[in-house]
Amino acid sequence: MTATSWIEIAACFGLLTLLAVPLGEYMARVYSGTSTAADRLLGPAERLVYRALGVRRDDDMTWRRYALAVLAFSLGGVLLLYALLRAQGALPGNPNGLAPVNPWIAFDTAVSFVTNTDWQSYSGEGTMSHLSQAVGLTVQNFLSAAAGMAVLAALIRGFARRQVEGVGNFWVDLTRSVLHVLLPLSVVLAVVLASQGVVQTLAGSVTAHTLEPRRAAQASAAEQVIDVGPVASQVAIKQLGTNGGGYYNANSAHPFENPTPLTNLLEWLAILLLPGAACFTFGAMVGDRRQGWALYAAMLVVLVPLTVGTALAEQRGNPALAALGVDQAPSALQGGGNMEGKEVRIGAVESALWATATTAASNGSVNAMHDSFTPLGGLAPMWLIQLGEVVFGGVGSGLYTLLLHALVAVFIAGLMVGRTPEYLGKKIGAYEMKMASLGILLPSAAVLVGTAAACLLPAGRAALGNPGAHGFSEILYAFSSAGNNNGSAFAGLDASGPFYAVGLGLAMFVGRFGVIVPVLAAAGALARKKAVPVSAGTLPTDGPLFVALLVGTVVLVGALTFVPALSLGPVVEHLQLLAR
Amino acid sequence: MDPRHADPSRRPLLDGPIVRRAALDAVRKLDPRHMVRNPVMFVVEVVTVFTSLLWLQAALTGHGDASPGFVLAVSAWLWFTVLFANFAEAMAEGRGKAQADALRRARQVVLAKRLAAPRHGAAHEEVAAAALRKGDVVLVTAGDYLPGDGEVIEGVASVDESAITGESAPVIRESGGDRSAVTGGTRVLSDWLVVRISADPGETFLDRMIAMVEGARRQKTPNEIALDILLAGLSIVFLLATVTLLPFSAYAVAASGNGHLVSMTVLIALLVCLLPTTIGGLLSAIGIAGMDRLVQANVIATSGRAVEAAGDVDVLLLDKTGTITLGNRQAVAFLAAAGVETAALADAAQLASLADETPEGRSIVVLAKERYALRGRDLERLGAQFVPFTAQTRMSGVDLDGQRIRKGALDAVARFVAEQGGGLPADVRAAAEEIATRGATPLVVADGPRALGVVELRDVVKGGIREKFAALRRMGIRTVMITGDNPLTAAAIAAEAGVDDFLAEATPEAKLATIRSWQAQGHLVAMTGDGTNDAPALAQADVAVAMNTGTQAAKEAGNMVDLDSNPTKLIQIVEIGKQLLMTRGALTTFSIANDVAKYFAIIPAAFVGTYPVLRVLDVMHLHTPQSAILSAVIFNALIIIALIPLALRGVSYRPAPARVTLRRHLLVYGVGGVLLPFPGIKAIDLALTALHLA
Repeated sequence: MTATSWIEIAACFGLLTLLAVPLGEYMARVYSGTSTAADRLLGPAERLVYRALGVRRDDDMTWRRYALAVLAFSLGGVLLLYALLRAQGALPGNPNGLAPVNPWIAFDTAVSFVTNTDWQSYSGEGTMSHLSQAVGLTVQNFLSAAAGMAVLAALIRGFARRQVEGVGNFWVDLTRSVLHVLLPLSVVLAVVLASQGVVQTLAGSVTAHTLEPRRAAQASAAEQVIDVGPVASQVAIKQLGTNGGGYYNANSAHPFENPTPLTNLLEWLAILLLPGAACFTFGAMVGDRRQGWALYAAMLVVLVPLTVGTALAEQRGNPALAALGVDQAPSALQGGGNMEGKEVRIGAVESALWATATTAASNGSVNAMHDSFTPLGGLAPMWLIQLGEVVFGGVGSGLYTLLLHALVAVFIAGLMVGRTPEYLGKKIGAYEMKMASLGILLPSAAVLVGTAAACLLPAGRAALGNPGAHGFSEILYAFSSAGNNNGSAFAGLDASGPFYAVGLGLAMFVGRFGVIVPVLAAAGALARKKAVPVSAGTLPTDGPLFVALLVGTVVLVGALTFVPALSLGPVVEHLQLLAR
Repeated sequence: MDPRHADPSRRPLLDGPIVRRAALDAVRKLDPRHMVRNPVMFVVEVVTVFTSLLWLQAALTGHGDASPGFVLAVSAWLWFTVLFANFAEAMAEGRGKAQADALRRARQVVLAKRLAAPRHGAAHEEVAAAALRKGDVVLVTAGDYLPGDGEVIEGVASVDESAITGESAPVIRESGGDRSAVTGGTRVLSDWLVVRISADPGETFLDRMIAMVEGARRQKTPNEIALDILLAGLSIVFLLATVTLLPFSAYAVAASGNGHLVSMTVLIALLVCLLPTTIGGLLSAIGIAGMDRLVQANVIATSGRAVEAAGDVDVLLLDKTGTITLGNRQAVAFLAAAGVETAALADAAQLASLADETPEGRSIVVLAKERYALRGRDLERLGAQFVPFTAQTRMSGVDLDGQRIRKGALDAVARFVAEQGGGLPADVRAAAEEIATRGATPLVVADGPRALGVVELRDVVKGGIREKFAALRRMGIRTVMITGDNPLTAAAIAAEAGVDDFLAEATPEAKLATIRSWQAQGHLVAMTGDGTNDAPALAQADVAVAMNTGTQAAKEAGNMVDLDSNPTKLIQIVEIGKQLLMTRGALTTFSIANDVAKYFAIIPAAFVGTYPVLRVLDVMHLHTPQSAILSAVIFNALIIIALIPLALRGVSYRPAPARVTLRRHLLVYGVGGVLLPFPGIKAIDLALTALHLA
């Protein structure tokens, strides 16, 4: 890699931290209900929402009520979105006259967007009407992200509160997440993106007259119809809300979604911004900012080396091409590296940066095709997903899942120092361990069982785009992505059939609510406990030792669960490529 | 006969008879009804039975899951894995059982003299001790065994309690006060006692003690349950990871066209290696051994929960007398009045104390000898007349050759001097008051009308206690001294002993209030006590150690009884509690860390037929796929045996802050746990190859 690439990676993470800290502090005020500058501006709108929903702001919910509200809200969202997609042909806002979405894809998409996965087994511009995109998908981009943030707020309150039943009010948390955080950030980002040339229009398509004939048989210049629409607004929330479902099938590799280096940087920042800021929200709300920094450091400790490793692997290029004498070295004329499946404007290092960010955070948007990465380069993104989306992870969901790992880490460490384990003064007992185990176990189970089913059933194997170990990697990636609510795709796999629609849909459902319910149960149990005061006998959870321990737990649990599967997919592929 | 061994280090860890009994018990414990209590090992047992059936099939049909020899070897080692875990548990129980047998011998079949009325001299009838019920009143005379636990309501007697405490010197038991509790199985040596029985048969202290050392009524502690849940969660993850390998393997075989479907035997071997069998197999042994260590320290806990809580305690309430100080005030300085030689003061003070047998008096003689080389003199030869201390005069001293030497409290001596026609010099009064403000006791010495000076008596803090408290502080434990002294004296001793806080002029109510206020702030409090008036505080404390010499009420309110009645024991109890948790944590970490190496052994071996390139992952260069898998299984079984001593003895314990302890344990058991299996598996593989077993 060139010096510029190293500096670029360092600058990106530096900038991210600079933005995440103040945003995290601001979000802490949002969830603590303290008045912020935005309150004056948005207060009337907020009160209007509460009046319409019949919600009292001070109505503190027990964890059970909170969980029921999340589940009811999400199920309602799935049904509404499914109905909308099935009926889009008869509804307005369909300038291109698209047909209703087929039932399998409609189900898969509905679950996918409500669970903040945004897995797409279709091409956006050719399947979804403007109405479906704007009212269906974009609305869920906001709401699913906001639901994750609300659940995190409830868990943080569990740590911060003492001897109370309530963990907050879901409707208030949801509303404040949208109005005070997601909406303002999206508006700002959308305007900046549009200024850089990201399309934002209500028109259906534009027609371009190309200079070259499309096919050799055509003598004259051809017409090319390019779909356009409200792209900038959707791209903003797809990045900020760790959604990732692009307006275009090519996602952020498409020049209308990501036209300039500045948009590439901003969209990259937007992937990691909210999950990173959540750490600082945590620190501020539990009243010990060092705790937030420790969690943020743990995330960086995993992500930065994997990003560098992926960048190195991609920049090194493809050994098979090198053997043919192809020049893949960076020079004044080319970025160099493995350029298969990459946008020439973007290049290997920037694609690697994006690939690890989008898989670390459960975003799933892409600016290059991960399927075409070198085996080692593709391993890091897949493994980041399989870690359970805890390194940054989804908006809200990343941190609350990481906190489950923290409970396990603290439990074992607590035993090792000879005390009943505690985290932030809360004793960790059998109930918390049960919830932490469930929350960690269920997504992994969804991934492994789903992959096994696909290997066994003809419908699973028939959809493969590639033979051999790579085909297995495709299946594993698809279920890893669904089970951990990431939504990025390895491509090559045709997931539009009933088997994958249902299988992945179920995996997404388990991966989302199989974590949320245990997290809320743990939040309720923690809120009821009193806090143990800190002493020299307390295991400090804000130092490098705890960071190492937490990373060790995340990595070891992730590695031990998926090593057998990974060794039959990407590892074999890599070894085969080397052996060739 | 002494049923316990005062020094645990003297008892060998692997006692011949205990080992033999444990080996038998290990087989007996294969009963699934017993195994199901331990989820991890139960899974191992189930798959072991399944593998044995696979071997039968392979041996009978000739074409089974894998070659019969290989399946047999794997099954055999899986059986060993289960047996080794059972053996560990049986070993831990065995140590307790040997003790219980000795205690049972103390539970003599005795006849009791049940009194018709609760007074000495009432008519009595002979009944079996087992027929006595709570509330019955019995007469116990010299030579009799106490038929049960009870409270002395009349009489005073010397009692041999060696069967319970191991202490051969008899103790005095009398009605009223803090020495009224008697324990069943002990023997009255002289005189008689009228005792009200306070426990039904089967619930006496001796019964509880036997049950405790046997681990018969052992219930899982909250922390053990939480760990069990975590281990179960991990087991499910590993179960999924191995079971799904079957379809993955089917896909891989179809995709590559090479090799065979992975065999059930190999998958089971992988599963057992990945399961946290090390901690799963040793978990109950660790718990039992923790209780055992407590028994070695001569402390009986009423539940395992209390031992765990001891590890969490962060506030220790310690009685000043006996725990922090030696319990006697001792002379530390002579302060002469103006115009008096200090040696003359020392001489007079020594003369006044020669016949004084109180510890204070003896300490003055000792100090005079140390400072001024004043040897003891024979008072009789000097013709001296000893004047003993009385409550009226509040002085003691000698009359000799017309000299009237007295020592005593400031006001008492001032009155004496005034009676003799003298006066107390201002500097003596000032010195005495200055000593009092320092928390020490001034003893004024006068010779007739002339005050010679002041002897300073001070509570002497036990040697090494300051360092002990400093170590506790490093572990994050606060010490609070409880004393009946005035705040001034208390503050001085607290400063000298290095305790964090003190409660002066303590009353039982004040103790209770102190405990409650600490607990309200989230602290866990431990205390010791012996008197009936300690009972409320003992009941409130999280860890309450009653002295065996204490009253029945105190023993019932506490959750531990210290047979040695040594209040300093509290510190040791905390250490045992911490060590118990540490051992669990260390072995859990070790167990999980081990899995990394086992993957490197088994994954390439299992799939090298399908994807030959996976040979690269075989970093240990094991001989054949079969020897690789077998070596991992054997390592997994042997490590349980190898760690039994650690489980029984507990990890080495050093008082240190949590950060330091964690770093050390992570390094030893985490990093060590990752690395150790690599050479271990390789060595077993080499041995198997050398013996042509694989």
